[in-house]
Amino acid sequence: MADKVIAGKTVQVNDEGYLLDASQWDKEIAVEIAKEIGIELTDKHFEVLAFLREKKEAGEPLTIRKVGKSGIVDIKEFYALFPGGPLKYSSKIAGIPKPVSCV
Amino acid sequence: MQKLLILGGGTAGTMMANKLVKALDNEEWEITIVDKYKTHYYQPGFLFIPFGIYNRKDVEKPKANFFPPGVKVIFSDVNKIEPDENKVLLEDGRVLHYNYLIIATGTKTVPEETPGLKEKLWYKDIFDFYTVEGACALQRKFKQWEGGKLVMAITELPYKCPVAPLEFVFLADDYFTKKGIRDKVDITLVTPLPGAFTKPVATKMLSELLKDKNINVESEFYIESINNDEKKLVSYDNKEVPFDLLTIVPVNMGDPMIARSEMGDDLNFVPTNKHTLQSEKYENIFVLGDASNIPTSKAGSVAHFASEILFDNIMDAIEGRPLSAKFDGHANCYIETGFGKGALIDFNYDTEPLPGTFPLPGLGPFGLLKNTKINHYGKIMFRWIYWHILLKGKELPVEADMTMAGKKKVSF
Repeated sequence: MADKVIAGKTVQVNDEGYLLDASQWDKEIAVEIAKEIGIELTDKHFEVLAFLREKKEAGEPLTIRKVGKSGIVDIKEFYALFPGGPLKYSSKIAGIPKPVSCV
Repeated sequence: MQKLLILGGGTAGTMMANKLVKALDNEEWEITIVDKYKTHYYQPGFLFIPFGIYNRKDVEKPKANFFPPGVKVIFSDVNKIEPDENKVLLEDGRVLHYNYLIIATGTKTVPEETPGLKEKLWYKDIFDFYTVEGACALQRKFKQWEGGKLVMAITELPYKCPVAPLEFVFLADDYFTKKGIRDKVDITLVTPLPGAFTKPVATKMLSELLKDKNINVESEFYIESINNDEKKLVSYDNKEVPFDLLTIVPVNMGDPMIARSEMGDDLNFVPTNKHTLQSEKYENIFVLGDASNIPTSKAGSVAHFASEILFDNIMDAIEGRPLSAKFDGHANCYIETGFGKGALIDFNYDTEPLPGTFPLPGLGPFGLLKNTKINHYGKIMFRWIYWHILLKGKELPVEADMTMAGKKKVSF
């Protein structure tokens, strides 16, 4: 755990750069984290981020499948928005913890 | 007369019936168990069938052999649960009322969820080993197969017995080596996970073993469809893996009855309190085994450890006390690694699999995260334990709560 300045604000992050406190998140922070990953955020991205934050708040486990059924994007579009690792990158940008794979 | 109803007579439901029949007064309580199938499968044995180590007869027994006297048994499919009415509708129209309900309807594979899976290559060049039919069909295929690209792929999380695909590739390496054609068989494990397993210490140990055995791993591969004409897997981000022979873990889902009852999540698993095993929504409904959405392995060992917790909590509920027992997510899995050896992992919600000894600290006899002969014998002996001790609800010398005794903390 460490302090990090993102978009001029000091936030706490874990070793992998995920925000520890989702309430410290705002849109400028999202843009900045996305830039580090190499993604430029559009309105569609923000719709997905809002969905993730809402589900996280409700305590529902997040999966790629669930995002694919959100009505915002299908799984293919989700991959296109966040190439390489849609759930791990979108979670990082949304300021919520990295989803754990339960097996 | 009070009524306790158990839906599902598999590993979880059978264990609970055996425990509860001993504890509840049969003058006051009527215990009923409902299942649609009459055969009990020893599912850990499915893994061995493709390699000819077990056959169908080694994994099948009548369910009725394991239900205790004093429990009413109904063989019927369930139409749906009406939880607000405390009743269950059977397919034939009968209505069962309950004071307490235990849902133990498990999980099943649904190949129809993946486009291209159950098409022209199904049981010709594409197989599963999560059903007895698939495992037997694969045994026949392996006997006459002359080599090529063998791919073991996982479609979706969670799935039953998370280590089984690893065991499958290890046993395939063993099988084709002994057959003298290992140099003609290219083995690849395809997984949506970032590595061989979810937890770092076990992943490191298993990745090294996979490398030693010359087994490839294609990680973070989320299967969109299977192209039957070109014989390849296609991911959502347009990656491709070609195959000659594909063994697959299809999407796992809870029973369709859960969906008909509108009680499940998007994979038909029932939202369940991960510590008390009570339904999140209904106080008199409990969920045991693979049917729940608790964040631990879908495995018989989990159902076994959880059954002890659930027994305590149901007795609390019946006798009007707050639920006192808390499940820690304890799982314990043997991992067959081929050539007469095996590894063992023991973990829970909070502690990842660590090296050490089990069940006795320092003594074992089983080595955690170690590849040994004795671990393999443990797995072989387990079939006897399963039929004779575990299903009957008898005590095993292993605690329901995971213990740190005998485990070593590891840092990289």
